Formats: sequence, C-alpha cells, structure tokens
Amino acid sequence: MTTNESKSLQAREKSEVSSSMEQTRPGPVFTPTVDIFETPENLTLVADLPGVTPDDLNIDLKDSILTLSGEVAQEAGKDEQDILREYRTGTYLREFTLSEMIDQQGIEAKLKDGVLTLTLPKVKAATPRKVTVKAT
Amino acid sequence: MLWRHITGEPRWELTRNPFNELDRIRREMDVLREGLSGGQWREAFAGVFPLMNVTEDKNNYYVRAELPGIPSNELDISVTGDTLSVSGEKVVPSEDENAKYHRRERDAGSFSRVISLPGQVDTDEVEAKSENGILTVTLPKAESTKPKQITVKAN
Repeated sequence: MTTNESKSLQAREKSEVSSSMEQTRPGPVFTPTVDIFETPENLTLVADLPGVTPDDLNIDLKDSILTLSGEVAQEAGKDEQDILREYRTGTYLREFTLSEMIDQQGIEAKLKDGVLTLTLPKVKAATPRKVTVKAT
Repeated sequence: MLWRHITGEPRWELTRNPFNELDRIRREMDVLREGLSGGQWREAFAGVFPLMNVTEDKNNYYVRAELPGIPSNELDISVTGDTLSVSGEKVVPSEDENAKYHRRERDAGSFSRVISLPGQVDTDEVEAKSENGILTVTLPKAESTKPKQITVKAN
C-alpha cells in the first residue's frame, strides 16, 4: 500500500464523451477513470464505475477491442426535488485496443464498491521468454 | 415540473432566503433547457471532493456522493444541526514491482467535506448506506422544520 498521506483528493467533473456509437438510451455518456497495468502473465484493468450494478455492466472483447459499458439508474426517488446537483449520472463507456493476445477463457471480472477489476490473462505464446545468447 | 414548483406548494416560506429560491428556479430552467437543446449543463460546483447531489422530499433530505473504491467502514460521517460532514481516504493499492503501468488515472488521497443543509435535521435518525460506490445519507427533517397542518377551531 502506497498512499501519500498529505495528498487530498481533488474534485473532478466527469469527462463527457460524444459517443461514436448509436445510443439506445438518452442521457450523457462518461469516460470512467481507469488504471491499466501489466505483469508478465496478466493485463489488469481497474475502473471506477460508481453506481453500476453487476447486471448493468457489459464487458465485451472482440477483435482485440475491449469495450466497457455500464449504465447507472436514476438514483433519486420520484418525489425528490433537487436542492444541489454537482454531478450527473448516465452511461459509462470506454474502449481499448489491446495489443496483446488475451486468453478469452481466463478473463476474470470483479465489481466491488463501484470499482471494476478486470484480469485479462495473456496467451502463453505472448508471455515474454528470455532468450539467452550462447557464447561459442 | 417547473410549473408545479412555482404554482404548487407554498414554497416561499419566510425562513428561506428568496435568492435560494431564485437559484433553484434557475437550476430547474437549466434542466429544461438541457432537455430541449441537449446542450451542456453547468451546475453550481463547489470544487470539493466528493461531489454531492442533494435532494429533498416531504420528510427527508438525501445527500448522495460517488465514492468508488471506498468501503463504508472507511467513511467518517457526522451530523450536527444542519451540517453534514463526510471524510475518509481513498486507497489505491499499488501492485507488485513487476507491474508496468499503461494508464494511471485513478487518484488516491484523503478527503473531507462539510455541506450545509437548508434546514435542521433529526440527528438521531440519520442513516447512511453505501452501495456500488455510491454513498446515500438520508437525513430526516427535524419536526420543527416540517410543514404543519393547522386546523382552525370553530367555536
């Protein structure tokens, strides 16, 4: 765990995208913030998706394009009136092009407290092999 | 919606600052305009993490905030009179040394925010829950601030 104690979180507005895809649902589309890192065996993606339930989250990998999309239901009840509105809810959408070969069978997704952790194992052939040069 | 707000319930109470009401009407207009034009909707923005949405109904105020990756037991919530304060820390665990980062957009750090509600709340009955990274605090309005029906006695 490395956290900087003195650092305080800055408020950031969600970045809205004008999606190139046709939408079936009206409302804003946001880009979720992600961390992507790579180990020799896996590619791991961590995304902040507050308000997305496992049922409303779609993860799709096709032709090395990984698509994440999640819908957030209207959070306020019917009789509630706005007093202050600082953030909006809508759909999260983000696409990634993967350069590595991914073992589709081994993909694991975990959603906890609004954070998605997606583990994409690399195909064995794509894991780097150290080549030793023999001296003759 | 807007029409009902203007004409419907008696909202111009003496205790309310009329400018708040104007603000609220302006916001509702913004919502309408957004609906009509599909344009960008700018909101009052305090610039303090976490961003909050506050709503009310007859009995409660609701404060919501998006706090992904912060388990509810890491949150420190307290209420006094008409202010709510939420503080905590977001921890992004670092991976082992072999990990090479392609992207690192998620921030870690501590936060603390105080928000003033439009009226007094019943501090004993405040409830908070955290679901899918969204914190919802339900604050029942204090009896003294709830609208009261007064019956006129006939002699």
